[in-house]
Amino acid sequence: MIEWLVANPFAGALIALLALGLPFGALLGFAAVKFRTEGNPIVDQIEALLPQTQCGQCGYPGCRPYAEAIANGEAINRCPPGGESTIAALADLLDVEPLPLDAEEGAGDEKRVAYIREAECIGCTKCIQACPVDAILGAAKHMHTVIVSECTGCDLCVEPCPVDCIEMRPLDTPWSWDLPPPAENLIASDRGRGTTP
Amino acid sequence: MRQVWDFHGGIHPPENKHQSTGQPIRFAGIPTELVLPLAQHIGAPAEPVVAVGDAVLKGQVIASAKGLVSVPVHAPTSGTVVAIEDRPVPQPSGLPGRCIVIHPDGQERWIERKPVADYTALEPAALIALIRDAGIAGMGGAGFPAAVKLHGRPDKVIDTLLINGTECEPYITADDLLMRERASDIVAGIRILQHLVRPTEATLIGIEDNKPEAIEALRNAARGSGIEVVVFPTKYPSGGEKQLIQIVTGREVPSGGLPADIGIVCQNVGTAAAIARAVLHGEPLISRITTVTGEACREQRNYEVLLGTSVQFLLDMSGFEPERLSRLIIGGPMMGYAITDLSVPVVKTTNCILAPTRAELPPPPPAQACIRCGLCSEACPVSLLPQQMYWFARGKEWDKLEAQDLFDCIECGACSYVCPSTIPLVQYYRAGKAEIRKQREEKAKAEHAKQRFEARQARIAQLEAEKEAKRQARLQAAKAPKADRGDTGAEASTDVVAAALARVQAKKASDPAADVIARAQARRAGTDTPESPAAARERLQQNVASAEKRLDAARRKLAEARAENSDKLAAFETAVTNTEARLRQAQEALAALPAPADDAAGSGDAPADIIARAQAKRAAGADAPDAATQRANLEKRLAAAEAKLAAAREQKSDKIDAFETSVTSLREKLASLAPDAENTSVPAPAADPAQDAIARAMAARASRDTLSPGDKAEQAARGLEERLAKARTELDAARADGSDNIAALEDAVAKLADKLERAQRELAERREGAN
Repeated sequence: MIEWLVANPFAGALIALLALGLPFGALLGFAAVKFRTEGNPIVDQIEALLPQTQCGQCGYPGCRPYAEAIANGEAINRCPPGGESTIAALADLLDVEPLPLDAEEGAGDEKRVAYIREAECIGCTKCIQACPVDAILGAAKHMHTVIVSECTGCDLCVEPCPVDCIEMRPLDTPWSWDLPPPAENLIASDRGRGTTP
Repeated sequence: MRQVWDFHGGIHPPENKHQSTGQPIRFAGIPTELVLPLAQHIGAPAEPVVAVGDAVLKGQVIASAKGLVSVPVHAPTSGTVVAIEDRPVPQPSGLPGRCIVIHPDGQERWIERKPVADYTALEPAALIALIRDAGIAGMGGAGFPAAVKLHGRPDKVIDTLLINGTECEPYITADDLLMRERASDIVAGIRILQHLVRPTEATLIGIEDNKPEAIEALRNAARGSGIEVVVFPTKYPSGGEKQLIQIVTGREVPSGGLPADIGIVCQNVGTAAAIARAVLHGEPLISRITTVTGEACREQRNYEVLLGTSVQFLLDMSGFEPERLSRLIIGGPMMGYAITDLSVPVVKTTNCILAPTRAELPPPPPAQACIRCGLCSEACPVSLLPQQMYWFARGKEWDKLEAQDLFDCIECGACSYVCPSTIPLVQYYRAGKAEIRKQREEKAKAEHAKQRFEARQARIAQLEAEKEAKRQARLQAAKAPKADRGDTGAEASTDVVAAALARVQAKKASDPAADVIARAQARRAGTDTPESPAAARERLQQNVASAEKRLDAARRKLAEARAENSDKLAAFETAVTNTEARLRQAQEALAALPAPADDAAGSGDAPADIIARAQAKRAAGADAPDAATQRANLEKRLAAAEAKLAAAREQKSDKIDAFETSVTSLREKLASLAPDAENTSVPAPAADPAQDAIARAMAARASRDTLSPGDKAEQAARGLEERLAKARTELDAARADGSDNIAALEDAVAKLADKLERAQRELAERREGAN
């Protein structure tokens, strides 16, 4: 046997490669079945970064569809509620260049919630049907109101209102410490020049 | 002597305590106005329980605790509540906060006090509730509700009760003077705490060695009580809870943990004294000792101050010279914060008002670049790496910042103090903490929103599925008689009756229903015996009642359908009309029935008539809705097919031909059905507008994708015009009815008109732009 292999190095190499390839192939095949991942895990990671307002401003019906679209190559700058920070996080995750936000109006970082002017509400329930997170409370021909803690500020209830009694109001954020203004990087001999004339 | 340990880092800033320790504590007096913020502690703000104009007594609760981590607020003296409003309060943000404002009457009338003679007889829970109701929050500076810390946990045995008399921050001497003058109060409070906490090993008071008088006083007061005074070298920040625990016991509180996790409860000496006043004298927390110091005050000393007294009032008493002031600081020079408004009140946590001159505390020089000298990490009492944290905070790399154990930072300021580049390091950490907390909150909120969104999607999908199932069932039911119709009309109608019977039986018929079934079965078998007049009357009355009930239900469903904009609106409307007709018939039948006293002869005929009529109607009705639904279905399908065809044409799809054939064949079917439908009686025309609307909407949706922006704008304007016209008709109708929606509708019309104008203007601009 050995002699034959030595005498036929080409066939020997073939047999050796085959002998290696078969078990490894089997191993890979087994692993592919055993450790199979359902769905696309990157979609979940992308979705975790999106703000879940479900506002549809990206052109997709909700955050999950947009996450799927991003996984399939859609631009990462379509999410106005997420703003620059979301774009930066997505760029980081997907290792692509961050893009400027693609929105008609400059979407501020300001958090907003819907507010129903209750005196004007006629109780048509149209806004209730439009709300993606069930944050509006009310019944037919009764006044509706927004549960502020549940509202994501997605805007979707404003358009359907027949009497235009819904407006978006800025949510006052609690005060917190800001980063100090960037240092001027003075050298020691400049000390004091910046403060006293 | 008990062994003491050391902690990492720490600094030795100038103490500057002697200025204010020379004189005893003095009562500051009653000012003309007391401003009591509702949030003087960590946790939920208290809720006012008095109204403007109320007279309050000294010690009366004016705001009650809201939630577990909260304490009430009491009136510091008797007087009148003059306002509950936003006032400047002492907090780093400088933002105003809600306050109760009291004008004292100077009579100092107490509310009835209930001192506890023997607290050892009280249940711990009752004693803790008493401490909470006395409004006691940590007096060391943080203001954490004292009662919360005292709730024992069965899984945690407390071996050491530690009382913090360290007061390590420069300038502040409030605790020092308290220990010197009121050592007995403190010891009494510690005994109450001992009773609550039941430390298994030791009760210790930790004091720095720069307060010999206080040490002496406490040692005297605690003699023979088993309470040990532990003295250790002065170093900042040994007064931090975790640092003190390390010094006195050598144990370290784990990161993110509480002292209770290692068997220790820690309270401030001021808190202990306040607990003694509350339990033994029944006096809630209405005053505290505050140091007023700094070279800008001629008289530097400690005052016993009623909570709510303004800083200005205290400064005026102390010979304050505003022109010499550098900046006014609440708290000490290391951890305090500057305020600009002198009207802020003294609150439960205000231990010091520092008014330094420019020479004493010069404004911080501009920050320079970090030179990575490492002095900060040598000074850090928590063994963090401040220079790394600074770097990450500046770069806004929050996750890396958090990985550096940012949340273990006690913000003591030792790193900023030693920094040769005078970088305001602590501010970076505070900003970092705030930002990370904000992101955590946003993440939690996003997760919550996602769950709600998914729950809603699932609910809608389920409703759809149920609707679809019902539709299928109805389709089946409609198909079954159609298959048999070839034979005789009578049999078809029998089948419908049988199906109805089956349905009724499936619905778990109650007794009256069973009666009806039995009757109906008997009637069908042709063995219907004439009823007695009384029985007939009763049955007819029942008929009327049930018809009324059904009408109610139908009306309710119609309202629901209207509210939901359901596509079954037309069907419900017909149902209501039908039910109304039936009710009328039943009423007529009842009226036609001769009075019970009359002869029985005619009575057999009337019900028989009605039955015959009803049967005839049912037989006729079986066809009519069928044709109508068929027609509606066909129309819907036709509209969809047309829309698809339009889309296919737009995309130049190769399936155009197929679509065209399908549209043609549908049209033919519809045409063949049309005469039928026109012959049938009522529901067809009612169904039409809804179907039309659907078809129109579908067509519009199909075409909208292909429109240019200009066309879109035009369409929008047209849509608005239509909506405006509709709104106007509605308004007119409402006016005619005298409805109470008139105002809302008027508003809506005005707004729509406004919108229309805007849309038209935009359209005009667009056209101009296009030209």
